[in-house]
Amino acid sequence: MNHDHEYTPSNGFTKWLDKRLPLMRFADENMLSFPTPKNLNYFWTFGFILTLSLVTQIITGIVLAMHYTPHVLMAFDSIEHIMRDVNYGWLIRYIHANGASMFFLAVFIHMFRSLYYGSYKEPREVLWILGVVIFLLMIITAFMGYVLVWGQMSFWGATVITNLVATIPVVGESILTLLLGGFSVDNPTLNRFFSLHYLLPFVIFGVVILHIWALHVTGNNNPTGISVKDSNDTISFHPYYTVKDLFAYVVFLLMFSYFIFYNPNILGHPDNYIEADPMVTPAHIVPEWYLLPFYAILRAVPDKLMGVLLMFGSIAVLFFLPWLDTMKVRSARYRPVYKIFYFTFLISCLLLGYLGGQAPEGIYLFLSRVCTIYYFAFFLVVMPLLSRYEKPSAMPIGISNPAIDTSIEIDEIDGDLVPSANT
Amino acid sequence: MTDIIDENEPTRRDFLYITTAVFGATGAATLAWPLIHQLNPDASVSALSSVEADISSIPEGGSLKVAWRGKPVFIRRRTKEEILVAENEDVANLPHPEKDAERVKNKEWLVVVGVCTHLGCIPIADKGDFGGWFCPCHGSHYDISGRIRKGPAPTNLEVPPYEFVNESIIKIG
Repeated sequence: MNHDHEYTPSNGFTKWLDKRLPLMRFADENMLSFPTPKNLNYFWTFGFILTLSLVTQIITGIVLAMHYTPHVLMAFDSIEHIMRDVNYGWLIRYIHANGASMFFLAVFIHMFRSLYYGSYKEPREVLWILGVVIFLLMIITAFMGYVLVWGQMSFWGATVITNLVATIPVVGESILTLLLGGFSVDNPTLNRFFSLHYLLPFVIFGVVILHIWALHVTGNNNPTGISVKDSNDTISFHPYYTVKDLFAYVVFLLMFSYFIFYNPNILGHPDNYIEADPMVTPAHIVPEWYLLPFYAILRAVPDKLMGVLLMFGSIAVLFFLPWLDTMKVRSARYRPVYKIFYFTFLISCLLLGYLGGQAPEGIYLFLSRVCTIYYFAFFLVVMPLLSRYEKPSAMPIGISNPAIDTSIEIDEIDGDLVPSANT
Repeated sequence: MTDIIDENEPTRRDFLYITTAVFGATGAATLAWPLIHQLNPDASVSALSSVEADISSIPEGGSLKVAWRGKPVFIRRRTKEEILVAENEDVANLPHPEKDAERVKNKEWLVVVGVCTHLGCIPIADKGDFGGWFCPCHGSHYDISGRIRKGPAPTNLEVPPYEFVNESIIKIG
């Protein structure tokens, strides 16, 4: 592979265009010849899958907006109209609704991959932060989209979540009224959520462009976490990774199709097929599955304000990740102790997801508290301590050279892991 | 040019820069306010600020739910025993200490906004450990005076402004 490959316009038109707007050059450098580490595994295909997920949501969303009516008296009926009357409306809606779940599934895998291979570390801090911004925007967008259906879960989910704002001391109530456009969730709320739900995906698209830009400045991390040294370590993005990403996407689509065609409502809640009734609260209010871990954290705390702070804190802490884990070795492959804490963290997050769907009492409440404590301890205690005390295992010299790197003195830090690091 | 310019002194140009910036910022702030304030409740929402309800048909121990500002208001005609229980409670130990007398105008009638002070769900009547209401969302228990007794809600159920217009009509708001 020639990595000092330079884009050369092939015909008269592209030569003319290249001097005026180097669009083809930009596409070539960023999408075709972009040098990519040759050892990326399938966990690295989720960036591509996520981009297509966003495009899927935007296309189906624009179509749905052509048939949807954002008014409290008509919203629920217009959804049923889409399902029953609009040609292929059921398909488009099921793609959009399940697409949101698939989007979150992919983003969770993408983030846990980053956490395992240390992709947030120097020099990719900005890349990581932009990713957390995208995640936050995704949560807000998905929440507002769920409200548009105007079923019981939509309404009461919206009530509970907007009420979180009222916990802010002094100005909380005023902000809540400002947010809702009234004294409770009602037509003004539905209308503005529709407006914002249409807007935010394009904001996400903009941040995705910044995210990819930042990626192309630093280049990809890779499973060894060792920086790319020369062109022997890389291959061009096209055709090697375009093909690999597409293959992964097709497999992903197979699973996606199972939900769309065989089990389109399994990820939703049946109560959302009952029209919103501001006078009756359903017995169990649960958010969509992808928000359950955060919901579990909210409910784990007996104090209202603290619960809200911890829930927002659980996302806010992610912004500081590059400075909490300062271990130079990026990949968990060479971090035997981090690996144990990492998988415990993974299990703890899955458990929080399960607990978020259970009633907040007895053993469920107790486990929610344990998992919440571990969630924060992982970032605020384990990571800084391991950065100091963990001894990385032997590493290869480079991506293309499996020989053990003897220039790294892995025993230079004297001291064992403090046993109480996980409390 | 023989003028001597002292570099530490502000020049006419500095004055122009600052004036321009101040005008620009004031203009932007002035324009921002309508864009923010349009989010607040509009005139049609604010206009619905009071409702009247007929309470003559409520039996002792019965209750009525009316919508006020898009929220339910519980109007409960309490039994003699319930009033006794509510009044004899030692309020000092409650999470939000309020005497029953501070919460009612006529002790037979309890009027509260039926919205859980935790996160806005509607509590269910005659459930929970304290003979009042129970919020199914996150497990807050209220007593027969609408006071929080157990669970994550921080305060008692809100008492809305109301008055008895006559024997059978109550006006809320």
